[in-house]
Amino acid sequence: MTDKAGSPLRRRGWLALAVGLCATLAQAQARQVLTVAAYPAVDEIVKAAIPAWKKLHPDVDIQVVSREFADHHTAMTTALSTSAHLPDVMALEVGYVGRFATGGGLEDLRQPPYGIARFADRYVPYALAQATNRKGAIVAAPTDIGPGTLLLRTDVLDKAGVTEAELTRSWDSYVAAGVQIKRSTGAYLLPHARDMKDLLIRTGLRPGEGLYFDQDSQVLVTTPRFVRAFTLAREIRRKQLDARVSTWSNEWSAGFKRGTLATQMSGAWLAGHLNNWLAPGTRGKWHAAQLPEGAFAAYGGSFFAIARGATAANKALAWQFIQLMTLDRTQQLAAFKSQDAFPALLSAYDDPFFDLPIAFLGGQPARLLWREATRRITAPSVHKQDAFAAEVIDTELDKVLDQGKDIAVALADAARLLEKRAKR
Amino acid sequence: MKLPALLRLSPRLTPYVLLSPFVILFCVFGMFPLAFSLYLAFQSWEPTSGLSAMQFVALDNFAFALQDEWFWKSLKNTGWLAVASGVPQHLVALPLAAFIHTRFKRLRNGVVGAYFLPYITSTVAIAILFSSLFSKDFGLVNQGLLALFGGPPIDWLGAPENIKPAIAMIVFWRYVGFNVVLYLAALQTIPQDLYEAATMDGAGRLQQFFFITLPSIKPMIFFGVTLSVIGGLQIFEEPFILTGGRGGSDQAGMTTAIYLYRMAFDFNDFGAASAMSWLLFLVVVVLTWLTNLAFKPRP
Repeated sequence: MTDKAGSPLRRRGWLALAVGLCATLAQAQARQVLTVAAYPAVDEIVKAAIPAWKKLHPDVDIQVVSREFADHHTAMTTALSTSAHLPDVMALEVGYVGRFATGGGLEDLRQPPYGIARFADRYVPYALAQATNRKGAIVAAPTDIGPGTLLLRTDVLDKAGVTEAELTRSWDSYVAAGVQIKRSTGAYLLPHARDMKDLLIRTGLRPGEGLYFDQDSQVLVTTPRFVRAFTLAREIRRKQLDARVSTWSNEWSAGFKRGTLATQMSGAWLAGHLNNWLAPGTRGKWHAAQLPEGAFAAYGGSFFAIARGATAANKALAWQFIQLMTLDRTQQLAAFKSQDAFPALLSAYDDPFFDLPIAFLGGQPARLLWREATRRITAPSVHKQDAFAAEVIDTELDKVLDQGKDIAVALADAARLLEKRAKR
Repeated sequence: MKLPALLRLSPRLTPYVLLSPFVILFCVFGMFPLAFSLYLAFQSWEPTSGLSAMQFVALDNFAFALQDEWFWKSLKNTGWLAVASGVPQHLVALPLAAFIHTRFKRLRNGVVGAYFLPYITSTVAIAILFSSLFSKDFGLVNQGLLALFGGPPIDWLGAPENIKPAIAMIVFWRYVGFNVVLYLAALQTIPQDLYEAATMDGAGRLQQFFFITLPSIKPMIFFGVTLSVIGGLQIFEEPFILTGGRGGSDQAGMTTAIYLYRMAFDFNDFGAASAMSWLLFLVVVVLTWLTNLAFKPRP
């Protein structure tokens, strides 16, 4: 076949192909798609909300991109830094919200078309504060929170003759109870002295004060807050009350299964993990209490954010979706019931679900306790060197605990390292 | 069959077209990251704000890196690991290769294959396997030590003084087989007559090893040592996975490669991380050059 004879035929073929392509494109355009990137179990919560979303927006599909926790946040960091492959809505864990809030990659949800300020009093106050950066911008909307609690093994406590009140009255009584538990049952008071330090440096914060740095990037690690945290952690170690196991390690979960760990300070969500996979066999042997000495702290929490570089045409819709997830009572409660995602929406707090007994905690209606805690938690203000500071403090604590380094020297060393970074 | 004119290549273009797959991939995954990291080393960048947030800061990042205690600590860790895992590799691989060369005939390939296996196994799989072997309470290593010698279990991956030896053992185990293969290949090139002549002259086995074998495979030793120097200074995966990506207690397992990764992805400081990676590159260059000097034939 020569070119001459073939050309009209070929041209017609191209034409048909082009028409076909246009038709497909038009069809694709008619169906708008909103991509939501999330990690477990937020991805499940989003998927479960799709039917409700379809009722509001029948012609907008939701595409959920789910990745493992660390992968998700690495992917989001990369997407933000290159402004490529950004989802319309991204789920972020609280630590990353703090990190991203210090940059300029996320939309300030106070600005139009969002206007989150109108709904500010509907969210748990500390959760919204966690998403607020030093300039006052609110870069994400909270969807679930992790009120801190002290989980205790009632069988171990009974055997040792220690009461819950003794454990929670003060930090000194907590340590004293630990000594008694160790002596009479052999069980450790807690997994790692570090857990206690993490909590103590979060208590007694003045409003607006950061964990490691103040508003002017002055280093705070030599303050009494840190001295007390380090001193108590060292006391725990000297009395051999901690099992020296890290959270999420094999030894850690084995400790729960075998009953060698008497207490654990954590987010309320840990009760769900213990029940589902960490130590299902210990059902009924646990109880939840407020943290010792009236401490209140947050452990984890999930947020939804919109990237500044995301598709502009979808941003208004993305905000609608975030509102459905975070401001809709039904959705918040559904996530609470199915995934133990403690609501960040205050209007969900009057649901009778809070009064129900939790079998894993021996029938205790512990959600009431956690609800109370959410009102007392304050959020420290975030500094961009927080991740590094946490690493430095952990290192110095290791040196104090393992090598007997003097606390004042350790904290001064940490301060010196952090001062060099504070203004970078 | 003749191809249509459109698909036919002119002889002038052919070499470029045939080379292009490599060149394109190399530019995208090799040249571009190199150039970009060099550019980044002179910028201050808060990555989540996007590419436009970069600010030129001249040599600030390099000055910061050189004054950073943790950078020096990571270099010391890297040096320790490179020596403790690299030197035994060669001290064991050389005699082992000579032994396999003289003693194994038909079984040789099987034996070499067994030694080579760790090298071709995924690092991640190895690190996960060893993290369970080294587990304090349930690990096989401690169970074995307990059965043989008794005593309290050793906290291999938790105590700062044990992390580096544990990592060095794995790196050694992993690369010793690779070096055996290198040395075996070199041994096979030595003419048999040399040994025969030496035997005639009354040289013993040890003398033959030191005066014939070693000098003959010196170029291969140079090659192997150079690879070990470069590889040792870039150790990343094994300690990264064994220490949960954090470098371990007291950063005892934090190599420079891990630290600069953390600087970028955990501490959000891509500028300083890039500067550190170029400083590490300089160290690699200098040490490779010194290795070259040490092995240069003397007149």
